[in-house]
Amino acid sequence: MSSEPYPDGPVVHQPSFIDGSSVEIPELKILKQDGSVYAGSDLPTMDQTLALKVYKTLAFHRVLDERMVASQRQGRVSFYMAALGEEAASVGGAAGLQPQDMIMSQYREQGALMFRGFSLENFMNQMFSNKDDLGKGRQMPIHYGSRELNYMTISSPLGTQIPQATGYAYGQKLQGLDAVTLCYFGEGAASEGDFHAGLNMAAVQAAPVIFFCRNNGYAISTPSDEQYKGNGIASRGVGYGIKTIRVDGNDILAVIKATQLAREYALAENAPVLIEAMSYRLGAHSTSDDPSGYRTREEEEKWQANDPILRMKNWLVAQAWWNEQQENELFETLRAKVLAAVKVSEKIDKPHIDTLITDVYDSPSSQLIAQLEQVKAHVKKYPQAYPFTAGKF
Amino acid sequence: MAQMNMLQAINNALDIAMAEDKNTLCFGEDVGHFGGVFRATSGLQDKYGKLRCFNTPLVEQGIIGFANGLAAQGSRPIAEIQFADYIFPAFDQIVNEAAKFRYRSGNEFNVGKLTVRTPYGGGIAGGLYHSQSPEAYFAHTPGLKVVVPRNPYQAKGLLLASIRDDNPVIFFEPKRLYRASVGEVPEEDYQLPLGKAEVVSEGTDITLLAWGAQMEVLQKAADLASNDGISCEVIDLRSILPWDIETIAHSVIKTGRLLISQEAPLTAGFASEIAATIQKECFLHLESPIARVCGLDTPYPLALEKEYVADHLKIFEAIKDSVHF
Repeated sequence: MSSEPYPDGPVVHQPSFIDGSSVEIPELKILKQDGSVYAGSDLPTMDQTLALKVYKTLAFHRVLDERMVASQRQGRVSFYMAALGEEAASVGGAAGLQPQDMIMSQYREQGALMFRGFSLENFMNQMFSNKDDLGKGRQMPIHYGSRELNYMTISSPLGTQIPQATGYAYGQKLQGLDAVTLCYFGEGAASEGDFHAGLNMAAVQAAPVIFFCRNNGYAISTPSDEQYKGNGIASRGVGYGIKTIRVDGNDILAVIKATQLAREYALAENAPVLIEAMSYRLGAHSTSDDPSGYRTREEEEKWQANDPILRMKNWLVAQAWWNEQQENELFETLRAKVLAAVKVSEKIDKPHIDTLITDVYDSPSSQLIAQLEQVKAHVKKYPQAYPFTAGKF
Repeated sequence: MAQMNMLQAINNALDIAMAEDKNTLCFGEDVGHFGGVFRATSGLQDKYGKLRCFNTPLVEQGIIGFANGLAAQGSRPIAEIQFADYIFPAFDQIVNEAAKFRYRSGNEFNVGKLTVRTPYGGGIAGGLYHSQSPEAYFAHTPGLKVVVPRNPYQAKGLLLASIRDDNPVIFFEPKRLYRASVGEVPEEDYQLPLGKAEVVSEGTDITLLAWGAQMEVLQKAADLASNDGISCEVIDLRSILPWDIETIAHSVIKTGRLLISQEAPLTAGFASEIAATIQKECFLHLESPIARVCGLDTPYPLALEKEYVADHLKIFEAIKDSVHF
């Protein structure tokens, strides 16, 4: 056992304070808004098939978000969280991975799950908390998860997935798997203790985990300059001894490139990587929020000009991989499909009353069984008060 | 059979668990080369390597978050929190994450392979922050199992059952007994059931119920009562969650009296839960009010520890009060 607590550094004899200015953090940009590529850029590994899959995922993302925000306004779903303007961060992250890699997300990364192939029906059944929801109707809308697609079920507490991702990745390493874990979170969640716990442990325990921070400028109403005073989140990676990169989060090519390189490095070196993707939350935090109370229209308009989906479309058109007719057909089809799916899922029954007590443990305790029997007897007595379950057991 | 103290029995259980499954890991603060501040993990790093038994940084929420991730991934983590007094930074990872992992995902994911070991309890001049018994906080959380052994034999059998159980288990180890409690322990593999209380000695006049280190105190009080001609039925609850209502109710129906003793403060401790349930189950059989002999509703003191704790004399007095009610 040995340790060297103090790294080498120059010895000085006059006090010398350091600050963030001694570390310059570059931001990777590959794609311009007009669809052209910066000279000298290294493009990600991506053929036409993958490029079109990424673009169709982005389009699906935007249409689903638009329709679900509208559905919430119509009172059809209770709650929704859109990712307007920052879709490239989640879709691009997933596109830079392999299917066997675990994704542990916060709550605004539905794009990654779409890229993995979670069906429209699965999204809808979760949001309508019906009996076909994989999560058995137990969590608020948008808390998706899928074992089959290696996408960890989302939980509401912020940042808790960060040290979990470190542990998950450590297990992948221990078992010698060709797999890493990618963990999404926002710049607000990076203030939680779990962020610091997760990053430090990942560096110390040498876990192949990619920490992917979506810095979208706001945590609900709190702007990032009231969240931290350092140089973004990237500067913290350096402090923890973690390989770090900052990218333009609205640049799908930069996001995919950075994630591909991060995966390669994490797997080869058994070490974590931190990606900070700079973006902007163009929409509200959730359907319960109204941004007009804390920011200006001018600020939003500035970022509308940076639309990541339009930027990718421009690039695809420049490659002659896409045209206006395909564009119109795609969006029209998607809108029709989403509308139809809403109408189906909202009519599917709620979960059976027995699922109240399943999955608390691997099998219900005798106390739980007794409590369920009590509830059932009560529901039978007052069926009008419990329309979802009465008469269905 | 071998003579073992509780630490040796725990170390032996961990050794068996790590030998049988290469995906079983032991980690926590000072757990690696040093073998833990109490030496419960002694020798495990030498035997199973640094990848499976290691030190973590000093961050309880990180230790349990990391363990949750490992368990969700399919590994079998045994995480140590150095003192139960320091488990609270990990409270969120335990009650909001581990306990709800299976339910919230509809069983898409679970952390059933997780075991958290942590030394608890007083009687070691440890003051406020090396003496607490926080089991009731966790007993209020559906999805967790909470287990407390009373001696080396119980510790080994219950720990192996906890490690292999497909639910997250918090395993509270009575640190006062780590070296003080010595007994016969089989060297081979065995398990004791979770969720089942054990009738340690039968009696007819009153049921005495406790768990962990408090069992020793309870037995001492029962011996005093026996000299006075009072026959006590002594029960070790062993599992706090889920708990064995049937065994306790069966005993109280027979004796007509119940005394519960816990190290933790009186108000809203697990004894309160037991009292509420047993008065419902056994209402017409009770000859006297259910008695609780517990710590005071204060932080755990240092100089006045003797006065604070639920010792055998306080229990003895409460037994007499109950029998002569």
